[in-house]
Amino acid sequence: MRKVAVIGVGNSKFGNRSDVNVAELAFEAVKPSLEDAGISAKNVEFVAIGTAGAGAWYEELLPAVVAAEYCGLTKAGLMRCEAACASSSAAFQAAYSTIASGQADIAMALGVEKMREIDTPTAMEWIGRAGYYLWEFHNFGLTFPAYYALHATAHMAKFGTTEEDLALVAVKNHKYGSMNPIAHLQNRITVDDVLSSMVIASPLKLFDCCPMTDGSAAVILASEEKVKELGIDTPVWVAGIGYSSGTANLSKRLDYVGLEASVQAAQMAYKMAGIAPSQVDFAEFHDCFTIAEIMAYEDLGFCPKGEGAKLIREGQTEIGGKIPVNMDGGLKAKGHPIGTTGCSMIYEVTKQLREEAVERGRQVPLKNYIGLAHNVGGTGHYCYVTILRR
Amino acid sequence: MSSMPTIKSREIKIVQDIPISKTLKFWEGLKEGKVYATKCKKCGKVYFPPSADCPECLSSEMDWIELSSEAEIETFTHVVVRPTTFQQYKPYTVAIGKLKEGVRVLAWLTGFKLSQISVGMKVKLVAKISPEGYATYEFVPP
Repeated sequence: MRKVAVIGVGNSKFGNRSDVNVAELAFEAVKPSLEDAGISAKNVEFVAIGTAGAGAWYEELLPAVVAAEYCGLTKAGLMRCEAACASSSAAFQAAYSTIASGQADIAMALGVEKMREIDTPTAMEWIGRAGYYLWEFHNFGLTFPAYYALHATAHMAKFGTTEEDLALVAVKNHKYGSMNPIAHLQNRITVDDVLSSMVIASPLKLFDCCPMTDGSAAVILASEEKVKELGIDTPVWVAGIGYSSGTANLSKRLDYVGLEASVQAAQMAYKMAGIAPSQVDFAEFHDCFTIAEIMAYEDLGFCPKGEGAKLIREGQTEIGGKIPVNMDGGLKAKGHPIGTTGCSMIYEVTKQLREEAVERGRQVPLKNYIGLAHNVGGTGHYCYVTILRR
Repeated sequence: MSSMPTIKSREIKIVQDIPISKTLKFWEGLKEGKVYATKCKKCGKVYFPPSADCPECLSSEMDWIELSSEAEIETFTHVVVRPTTFQQYKPYTVAIGKLKEGVRVLAWLTGFKLSQISVGMKVKLVAKISPEGYATYEFVPP
């Protein structure tokens, strides 16, 4: 396997982007990623696009060809990857493998999602169906917040995690989101704001949930030879990738206090990178709902099982703590354009590792120059963990 | 939908015909008040939701077994914000219960006030025909 580096990243403004269609939104990430790498679209040999809602919450059924044409990427090898909320981490894995195997020297992973072209109940309907429609939606109307609410109830019952603990995750991520100009939600909130917000699926309330967001993110990867040839001054190397999956039926899981796919994907990524969790300087954790971030602390080995709430209570996941988490505001405040999130995490980890263009107040201190991105698809239906090292 | 200028896509209505011929006994059973699972004749593994094929040993020879009705709640949530096709219902409670056969079942939990529900409580699994005519199953007080 050849060494592979991230050489260019781009991220659109996240939010309600009713000013652009899916192709125009993709361009907003592709353009800065090409400029960042110092290459043109013609140099890209392979493109993998992560997007989940094609034909459902936006109109194009083949968004890969639409976006590729619009961005001048036609003729590159092209595919769409679906791994629910981890779709563009799957695209990143595909682009990485194409280069590591020697098939290409320059490849792109692109995430793009338009979630706001339909009304909210219909969006809830589509995302609720994103599990096992026949057995868990058809008769029972399980929504996406409800999937995670089932985990929150179990975690609270087993470990004594409280609604206030969950709220602290939202408060932290809004705090850092308020410093991030591309974030969807830039307002700071309090624990009381979270606790007094309307119940969506008990015990989760509105401010425990990520927003419905439009956005795009692009990542350009290159082989070691190409990095030298292009004279890239701060390549960020892919040190480890891990992946796993979980059952479609939640009723087939062994417990509801963590995500087994996260545990397995993380172990695989740590092994490939040859590191322990303690060597990671900072992380992007998949916080689609507040409980998800607390479970990730535990599943990825940053604290023993059941002690995730202690980590947030002690401020250990803020800058200055043991492991800063989601310094871009996370899915909770930056927003969660489902298929875009994986590449947007890679964008943030790359920017942090380069110590560049990260707004004052949210640059993490770097000791080992190692960052981690943890991206879950569905409710542990898919999981990808990517470790980058400068 | 949007304050920005947009055009409307052409409208389509989607309804899929979902095949149930291989699990027909399950769907018919619900109408008779029974909840069936399948059990692999070769390796003995029990499947709920019922499966016509066994991925463990690749056999498609299955027995139908009626599940016991006693279940213990492992987790639950009260769904307040509902999707489009569930708008006509009041907020509902979804729970996952473990049966003595070792399988877990996800279904609505009815007949309790939300404050009465807790992890570990004993409930009963029953088959049901919904007012709209859907064959389904739910957890109720024992």
